[in-house]
Amino acid sequence: MDLSYSEDQTLLAESIARFIQNDYDFETRSRIAGSDLGFDPAAWKQFAALGWLGIPFSEEAGGLGADAVAVMILMEQFGRGLVVEPYVPSILLGGGLIAAAGTEAHRSRYLGDLIAGRIQLAFGHGEPGGRYALAHVATRAEARAGGFTLTGRKAVVHNAAAADFIIVSARSDGEVRAPEGISLFVVPRGSSGLGLRPYRTIDGLRAAEVELDGVEVGEDALLGEVGGAYPTVEAVTDRAVAAVCAEAVGVMDLLRETTLEYLKTRQQFGRPLGTFQVLQHRSVDMLIACEEARSLALMATLNLDRTSPERRRAVSAAKAHIGTAGRKVGQEAVQLHGGMGVTDELKVGHYFKRLTMIDTFFGDSAHHLDRFAGHV
Amino acid sequence: MNIELTSADRAFRDEVRTFLGTSLPPDIKRRVENGLELGREDYASWHRILYEKGWVAPAWPVDHGGTGWTPMQRYLYDEESAAASAPRIMPFGVNMVGPVIFTFGSAAQKARYLPRILSGEDWWCQGYSEPGAGSDLASLRTRAVRDGDVYVVNGQKTWTTSAHWADQIFCLVRTDPDAAKPQQGISFLLIDMQSPGIEVKPIITIDGGHEVNDVFFEDVRVPVENLVGEENRGWTYAKFLLSFERAGIADVGRSKKQLAGLKRIAAAELSDGRPLSEDDRFREKIAALEIDLLALEYTELRALSRQNAGEEPGTEANILKIRGTEIQQRITELTLEAVGSYANPYVPEALKDGWNEEPIGPEYAAGAAPRYFNWRKASIYGGSNEIQKGIVAKLVLEL
Repeated sequence: MDLSYSEDQTLLAESIARFIQNDYDFETRSRIAGSDLGFDPAAWKQFAALGWLGIPFSEEAGGLGADAVAVMILMEQFGRGLVVEPYVPSILLGGGLIAAAGTEAHRSRYLGDLIAGRIQLAFGHGEPGGRYALAHVATRAEARAGGFTLTGRKAVVHNAAAADFIIVSARSDGEVRAPEGISLFVVPRGSSGLGLRPYRTIDGLRAAEVELDGVEVGEDALLGEVGGAYPTVEAVTDRAVAAVCAEAVGVMDLLRETTLEYLKTRQQFGRPLGTFQVLQHRSVDMLIACEEARSLALMATLNLDRTSPERRRAVSAAKAHIGTAGRKVGQEAVQLHGGMGVTDELKVGHYFKRLTMIDTFFGDSAHHLDRFAGHV
Repeated sequence: MNIELTSADRAFRDEVRTFLGTSLPPDIKRRVENGLELGREDYASWHRILYEKGWVAPAWPVDHGGTGWTPMQRYLYDEESAAASAPRIMPFGVNMVGPVIFTFGSAAQKARYLPRILSGEDWWCQGYSEPGAGSDLASLRTRAVRDGDVYVVNGQKTWTTSAHWADQIFCLVRTDPDAAKPQQGISFLLIDMQSPGIEVKPIITIDGGHEVNDVFFEDVRVPVENLVGEENRGWTYAKFLLSFERAGIADVGRSKKQLAGLKRIAAAELSDGRPLSEDDRFREKIAALEIDLLALEYTELRALSRQNAGEEPGTEANILKIRGTEIQQRITELTLEAVGSYANPYVPEALKDGWNEEPIGPEYAAGAAPRYFNWRKASIYGGSNEIQKGIVAKLVLEL
């Protein structure tokens, strides 16, 4: 067992940190988040050129064939930079599903373009009323000659408006919350009957409500077996959940460091705030929360290739803990900044918002606590 | 980065497991497993078995009788020992005074004390805290005044674990009351507990148990050759002692074992006709605790990886102490909650060797409340958790 970075891994972390420092400061990030598109196509091209978009994909598919640790390293740095580019919806979810469930034809059609930064993907899965139940799919897929007709609604689909293709889960069989009967389809964004209601999210990202009103897709739109997509959905979302845990670690660390710096410089009662014992102890509590989050994000990542029960427990342990620890660190960072903490001007509030929304990504703390205990 | 144990570490773990399976006396194992009290002889006999195997002081340098194990192997050894319900080795000789002696002691001290620590011939206790010097240890007032070739010691130590079993005590004493800073006038003395003028009085803790004592010194004459290192440098040695045996401070293995016990109790207890382990609220509490323990385990494993790569142990030990003890306490708290009203009967004899009457309530319930009450000590001893936070704030956060 060795839980320290290899030389390559250290270099990767440093190169991403350098990008954030040189090309992605907080002002740049704010400008990008406020732009019409909501991310920077030039930055995305740069990610492609640096090979980052290919990290999770095999070399046959044109990727780097790196392990999950490389994704963890990338996402932690993205968390530190509060990067808004749609790596998780497009690469990890969209690309991850195609890599896991697609045929050779699917992979060659989509993954090369995805890794080169020429196309964007999204994953439409969660639905209104479904909360975090991963098997909750009410959207219907009816077989017809030459393909399928999709009808239903998908909630809070990140990157949907920018996506060239949205991968949609739909049910051809079974009860609404049954794991069996779910299929995946690649739906071009311009498809007739596909309606999008795009919006900004509170943490500076882009998402949309997606309406499927008799959308017709061909047989080649089907990813994997009819009705058999659930294990793939679970495995791919587990990878994405581990990745946002790593992102949360970066966000938490940045918040903690920024808050510590503030405590050392802000003077009240004639001395730095950091000289007050009550604030010292709370700073240590934040440090402990960050260290534990890092430990569990690492544990989740290292268990992604293990069998399903182990993987599930590890990922849910991390997500449950980080949901709670992240809330605590975020709230403390705002509180210890005093009134400045609730201003839009400081970056603290923006990191706090991202951290808070990470908790809602494929299941919050309570959901994953239940899943960890084996009851989801 | 790799989560799997190396084949060498797996083989090591198997070797430890086999040894524990064949060498741990069944009666001692049973008593540890059921949370019953251990006597001095129980600890001593396990100490002797480990000594004969050569495993009693894994962290010592090989020259002095250590095993030469890596930090990871020491971790695995601790984990396997806990899983097998082996008693802990009393830390005062092996983990505390031993390293001070082999690092700062004279040749004569090494020759005289180290073999007897390893063999278990000498039992040690620690004379640090005083009635007026708890968290503020440097304010200690026990005096040692030089008189020819002896120090004359007067004062009182308290919270002295196992003083009633010990042959020797290592003490922080004040040799220079006029030093500029309180830390500068302290020396580190080794004192024979049989010396005239020493009196040990038990302190009974809230669980009804006797682990700790007051130790009184009245004109106790200690040969000057029992001074470790230099006079007035004792604080340095005391700090070294605190930093030496950091591995295992989180006691992850023992907490895993205790958590497994809690789960067994929750499965046996009924709530509304169903096992308590199926009660949503209780299940959630156990799940949250188990995740906390995983976080602790991986925080320790990360620290071990850094040590295996040659980095010096840092201040992570403070964090491990804080979280380790909080988790231990939480396990005792949920165990108390799990046994319900059978936490009430107070029959201390039931925890002692040789008691064979019908238990009141389930057998596992007898130790739950005493253990909960006793274990409040964990966040207080070894530098209270608040002191630990102060150290982290100063040394890590530089506040």
